[in-house]
Amino acid sequence: MAKKGVPLSEMATSDTHGEDSPYFVGWKVYDENPYDAASNPSGVIQMGLAENQVSFDLLEDYLEQHPQEFGWGCGVSSFRENALFQDYHGLKTFTRAVALFMEQIRGGRTQFDPQHIVLTAGATAANELLTFILADPGDGLLIPTPYYPGFDRDLRWRTGVNIIPVHCNSSNGFQITLRALEDACAGAESMKVRVKGLLLTNPSNPLGTTITRPVLEEILDFVAHKDIHLISDEIYSGSVFSSDEFVSMTEIVESRGHQERERVHIVYSLSKDLGLPGYRVGTIYSYNNEVVTTARRMSSFTLVSSQTQKMLASLLSDKEFTENYLRTNRERLKKRYEFVVEGLSNAGIRCLQGNAGLFCWMNLGELLEEPTVEGELSLWNLMLHEAKLNISPGSSCHCLEAGWFRVCFANMSQQTLEVALMRMKDFTEKMKAKQMISSL
Amino acid sequence: MGLHVDEHSNYNVLSSIATSDGHGENSSYFDGWKAYDNDPFHPIDNPQGVIQMGLAENQLCLDLMQQWIKQNPQASICTGEGVSEFKDVANFQDYHGLPDFRKAIARFMGKARGGGATFDPERIVMSGGATGAQETIAFCLANPGEAFLIPTPYYPGFDRDFRWRTGVQLLPIQCHSFDNFKITEPALVTAYQRAQTANIRVKGILVTNPSNPLGTTLDRETLRTLVSFANEKRIHLVCDEIFSGTVFDKPTYVSVSEIVEEEPYYDRDLIHIVYSLSKDLGVPGFRVGVIYSYNDAVVSCARKMSSFGLVSTQTQHLLASMLGDDDFTTKFLAESRRRLSRRHKYFTAGLHRVDIKCLESNAGLFCWMNLTHLLNEATVEAELKLWRVIIKEVKLNISPGSSFHCSEPGWFRVCFANMDDNTMETALKRIRKFVSPGNHTAAAQAKKKNKRWDAALRLSLPRRFEELSIMTPRLMSPHSPLVQAAN
Repeated sequence: MAKKGVPLSEMATSDTHGEDSPYFVGWKVYDENPYDAASNPSGVIQMGLAENQVSFDLLEDYLEQHPQEFGWGCGVSSFRENALFQDYHGLKTFTRAVALFMEQIRGGRTQFDPQHIVLTAGATAANELLTFILADPGDGLLIPTPYYPGFDRDLRWRTGVNIIPVHCNSSNGFQITLRALEDACAGAESMKVRVKGLLLTNPSNPLGTTITRPVLEEILDFVAHKDIHLISDEIYSGSVFSSDEFVSMTEIVESRGHQERERVHIVYSLSKDLGLPGYRVGTIYSYNNEVVTTARRMSSFTLVSSQTQKMLASLLSDKEFTENYLRTNRERLKKRYEFVVEGLSNAGIRCLQGNAGLFCWMNLGELLEEPTVEGELSLWNLMLHEAKLNISPGSSCHCLEAGWFRVCFANMSQQTLEVALMRMKDFTEKMKAKQMISSL
Repeated sequence: MGLHVDEHSNYNVLSSIATSDGHGENSSYFDGWKAYDNDPFHPIDNPQGVIQMGLAENQLCLDLMQQWIKQNPQASICTGEGVSEFKDVANFQDYHGLPDFRKAIARFMGKARGGGATFDPERIVMSGGATGAQETIAFCLANPGEAFLIPTPYYPGFDRDFRWRTGVQLLPIQCHSFDNFKITEPALVTAYQRAQTANIRVKGILVTNPSNPLGTTLDRETLRTLVSFANEKRIHLVCDEIFSGTVFDKPTYVSVSEIVEEEPYYDRDLIHIVYSLSKDLGVPGFRVGVIYSYNDAVVSCARKMSSFGLVSTQTQHLLASMLGDDDFTTKFLAESRRRLSRRHKYFTAGLHRVDIKCLESNAGLFCWMNLTHLLNEATVEAELKLWRVIIKEVKLNISPGSSFHCSEPGWFRVCFANMDDNTMETALKRIRKFVSPGNHTAAAQAKKKNKRWDAALRLSLPRRFEELSIMTPRLMSPHSPLVQAAN
């Protein structure tokens, strides 16, 4: 007996969830055939997931050495209080610790008031929440390309808000220019879309670069002039290889007046810098009281587990530990990055000069059959199924220039990375040989 | 730290959602919490303070959980025994959830419902508490402007959870005291037709079973009526079963899942369950919400949306272990029910002794108390006047029925599972004093129409949330799931 289709919402039946993007398709191929040095040496190596696994040992050591302080240890009576705690202000010790940690990352150059911190279950929730607060359905958010593919879902799906790309290109290292910003705004205007804000990722995903101070100043001037909001997603701020190369939007803002501050909102998370994506710890930091109030109310839908808050409060409050962690983490990431760039260079592959993040922005333009999205995806497919490497095609990041790929390097062991680079070398050699033959 | 208001500026104009009061915090339901937060009872430090009876928390069995955790250090990733799992747990962000966690939750859900139905771990979808689950389900099932029918009285949080960011409406199915607030077919039909007349598209029905605030469970016949109606109209049925493990007395609990399993000719695609560990287990801080749908498309969609509210894997790991301990869960559920039953009996008997009746109930963490005889007139105003007296003079935070959209004034929800025996006794003493004959304080005078007296007793607390937040410092007790967001 054929049943009549049961009506769901339009939201449920649309594909704005974005999971059909090659970005996620690659993950699925990996999931079905994951590489393992011992049990599956010919499996797919996951290089499409920006995770930080290089510094776990530091966390494990710390927990082992300080068992009493975490969770409930022997002080199980505090379990009760913790299990009942659902105040959306968050555990005071935790928000204070997060504020301190964010200050440390910025070398103490800015102060964070714990009362302006709103906790959410991950940066995913933080970005969506801010979008709900700052824009109405049909409005637009400017986002420089290339950008993190997850934004297509996080910022648009349930909010009904549009993304207006601000196109950047390799001619200047993909830096954001005033021209690009103006063009994007003009485009929005012609489509009768009201622009409500600009969302930056700094350091950038997928570029792996920090935004320079002059550009940040220019951007803040621009949003002030256009009278719009500015969201600065700084979730990779603790992953800048040299700490003095990161300038946070908060530093720019502090030198400006009150009026400018009220339009700036920072997103942070512990998923990347601390490598704890499973714990779902995201935060919004806003200078705007109304935004803080509303965000806090909305965070009811996405609070951080009190158990996790308690555990991390202890860990993040230990200044000695966090100083050491940040320093060591930066060093290890830098080493990894240099190793990867060298390895790719040996394979004849250029990367954008990066200074942060868990990935490289690699150029395989020379290997494309045609300099188009189709050409890029065809190469990506080959890499996935022949070289068994899952990397992320630039088109999934909305890059207008074909041939760029994001390659993650911090989510695997050194040995696996070596295997991956070798496969990359073999693959490019094979492709170049093919090209030579076909051009004869 | 006031708001910077610049009328010519656009940037401090936020979205319609942000500037509406869909967050629901202006309800009297939350005003009482604030009164408590400003003057919280403590047996030694503040014996005259307000006793919190407006918060449906289950604090009776936390000791059992504490004991289990102490005996099972390997379940916590921050103990010596458990830290070897730290890396894998911290790294895992798959929105399907840890497999052991899903299995344990599915098993626990079955046990909490008395074993009448089984649950498939593949259909378990996580969410940020039941709060997140309700919102997600609304996003999946309805478009902005469409509506769900909901029996009154209902939990005030639904006004926010189901409607705020989704734009979905909640339309009441009026229930009445003369038949113990039963959900009847005529009432269902009336509500549905009223929506039709107003040109509002009804997409489903939302029921809470066991009911908050009534504390009663739905009988099989009512459940069948609901499922049948949903089938006939081709609309969804969302059953919030977060109190299913708190059924402490007969009649035996019937989950909608049993109807689904018993009646194959009803369309399963219409049935969705919301669950959580906040009430049954008493762990609201852990934010464990579950959407369980029999509809594959809804499972798929809700799972994608769960990215916005996943459960911390640290918590998943702990609970996978705890809820996977069959011995423990069996003992826990039995003991929890026993303690709730004992508390319920004690409290209702205490009220009965001073002629205060409660709706006969067999579940939940609260009573639905009838104070209609204390009202000078059967109006919401009179109810709220009485309520303010109870907060200010009797120093009990209880929740007025009007905040639950009850059609009849004079009913109050009173929570009894969030305090120890001594505090319970203190609360009863205060109630006894309040209603005892010849007592010249509030109760007797509440019935008088003397306006001057009324003015004198008017709560100094302003009724509006925003005013209160400016006037008083924020003193949040750890048990208050805060309501006050302003700085």
